[in-house]
Amino acid sequence: MFTQLFDTFNWDEIKKSIYSKTIVDVEFALNKTSKRDLEDFKALISPSAIGYLEKMAYLSNRLTQKRFGKTIQMYAPLYLSNECQNICTYCGFSFDNKLKRKTLTDLEILKEAEAIKKMGYDHILLVTGEANQTVGVPYLKNAIKLLQPLFSLISIEVQPLDQNEYEELIMVGLNTVLVYQETYHKEDYKLHHPKGKKSNFNYRLETPDRLGNSGVYKVGLGTLIGLEDWRTDAFSTALHLSYLEKKYWKTKYSISFPRMRPAEGIIEPKVIITDKELVQLICAYRIFNEEIELSISTRESEHFRNNIIKLGITSMSAGSKTNPGGYAVEKESLEQFEISDERTPQEIEILIKSQGYQAVWKDWDRGIQLVK
Amino acid sequence: MENLIIANKEFTSRLFTGTGKFSSSQLMEETLLASGSELVTVALKRIDLNANEDDILKHLSHSQFNLLPNTSGVRTAKEAIFAAQLAREALETNWLKLEIHPDPKYLLPDPIETLKAAEELVKLGFIVLPYVHADPVLCKHLENVGVAAVMPLGSPIGSNSGLQTKRFLEIIIEQSNVPIVVDAGIGAPSHAAEAMEMGAAAVLVNTAIAVSDNPILMAKAFKMAVEAGLMAYEARLAKPKNFAEASSPLTSFLQDL
Repeated sequence: MFTQLFDTFNWDEIKKSIYSKTIVDVEFALNKTSKRDLEDFKALISPSAIGYLEKMAYLSNRLTQKRFGKTIQMYAPLYLSNECQNICTYCGFSFDNKLKRKTLTDLEILKEAEAIKKMGYDHILLVTGEANQTVGVPYLKNAIKLLQPLFSLISIEVQPLDQNEYEELIMVGLNTVLVYQETYHKEDYKLHHPKGKKSNFNYRLETPDRLGNSGVYKVGLGTLIGLEDWRTDAFSTALHLSYLEKKYWKTKYSISFPRMRPAEGIIEPKVIITDKELVQLICAYRIFNEEIELSISTRESEHFRNNIIKLGITSMSAGSKTNPGGYAVEKESLEQFEISDERTPQEIEILIKSQGYQAVWKDWDRGIQLVK
Repeated sequence: MENLIIANKEFTSRLFTGTGKFSSSQLMEETLLASGSELVTVALKRIDLNANEDDILKHLSHSQFNLLPNTSGVRTAKEAIFAAQLAREALETNWLKLEIHPDPKYLLPDPIETLKAAEELVKLGFIVLPYVHADPVLCKHLENVGVAAVMPLGSPIGSNSGLQTKRFLEIIIEQSNVPIVVDAGIGAPSHAAEAMEMGAAAVLVNTAIAVSDNPILMAKAFKMAVEAGLMAYEARLAKPKNFAEASSPLTSFLQDL
């Protein structure tokens, strides 16, 4: 399990080591022709690398095109429920927030799915809070079964599950699981997750191990940027990724970079990452790992998204609604967070085209997965 | 130049191409037309069989192009066989580029599953072109189960690193009774020419063309390089001399007898 490896690392030491990287380390990492390692990654995310942004962007652009071509994959989130028994200080769905709770019925799921289909989507991400009584494995299994005939690729971003539960969902058509650690800072994690199952740091940390064992096709990693020093969190993510790639070599991985967004009843971010630094982070991941998928959501602004397409990103959402029923059923219910880029998928497709890229709506086939 | 025949089908062009990674389907179409390619591979996972008119297929409807569906995405023989049947039904062709890569990072082909699937697919009437490592023994096994050609890699997919497996490709070419198509890793026209000079029957190129700053021009460059390589092979390259000529030959005593 990753916890054994993770426990040999000390947060403050990692942080110190990142911040003491010099331009010599950065240049060494950039000029390397062999595989870059975790020390190179530290240099690339360090403050010393900020002066090399143009060079990093160029390298990231070339490496990404070589692997992924001039394409951007499109996906849409479908929020199934905002019921949640966790208290998370940064989330609009937090248990202690007074809001109308809603879990979609079968009919509502299909209605939302129809609206998403009409937007052109074929890859869908199902999102819920953590409410095991109402939105547990049977609910998710039913939702996947309902949606499986309509979409080529189904992902989930829900509470961490046990290995056999993942296996159950894969059997009915689950492809990808996103499970963000939020922060790898153990003490701060506890502060931000004071109540609910989510407060168990190690159970969450070992989720990708359980996923790897379950044989899921793809695992999405990431942290919520704003909770703790983003550089140390990014290194921890990269460490986690390297561990997983070696151990669960049949699984594909992706990374996301959610920045804290305004939402009902949430805390202010402790740290701010600038646009410049976020570009640095994205490029650093690409230069470190040429095969990793990098995803950007509608949390980011139009201006940022317009310009990030060429810099290493491989997948994007557009026209997203972050409230259950938001596409068709109940458009005005409370969102998990405010989205920043409200343009339609078609507007985004035109944008992608104008940057010399192709929006890809389908890159998977149900026939490949032998769904039972 | 001699035409290439695979499974009774004659090809004038020895340049096979891929359809991924292009910035638009329109550009893909123009590029592939410029390449002169007559066999283009299409990933089943990218085709939308439910759409009235799939965007990729729409741009490939030229008599010049024969489609070679591929099983990219599958991890096992079982999945490959199922995907192959879907592809056959949807694209109405028996031809299949069999690729099974359980490793999504380097997309390296699984020799065990590939051999298993190839045997089964041949029995099911497919014209199988398996993507494999440059493994001479595996290629012989595949030949024995009845594949139409073998497609060993020059280097990892999309790496543009050229013929890193050259020594093994030479052995495969020397020993094979089916055409050898060098697939994956060809990053420059010179790599393609090199493969053809060695005696490969054809090459398959995607990334180097699609990701180039000028795909149409690059496609033409590859077309010419493949033709040049084939001509050189047919004309028999002058071999560099392995031995200097000794001033007093070692076997001259034999003439004295």
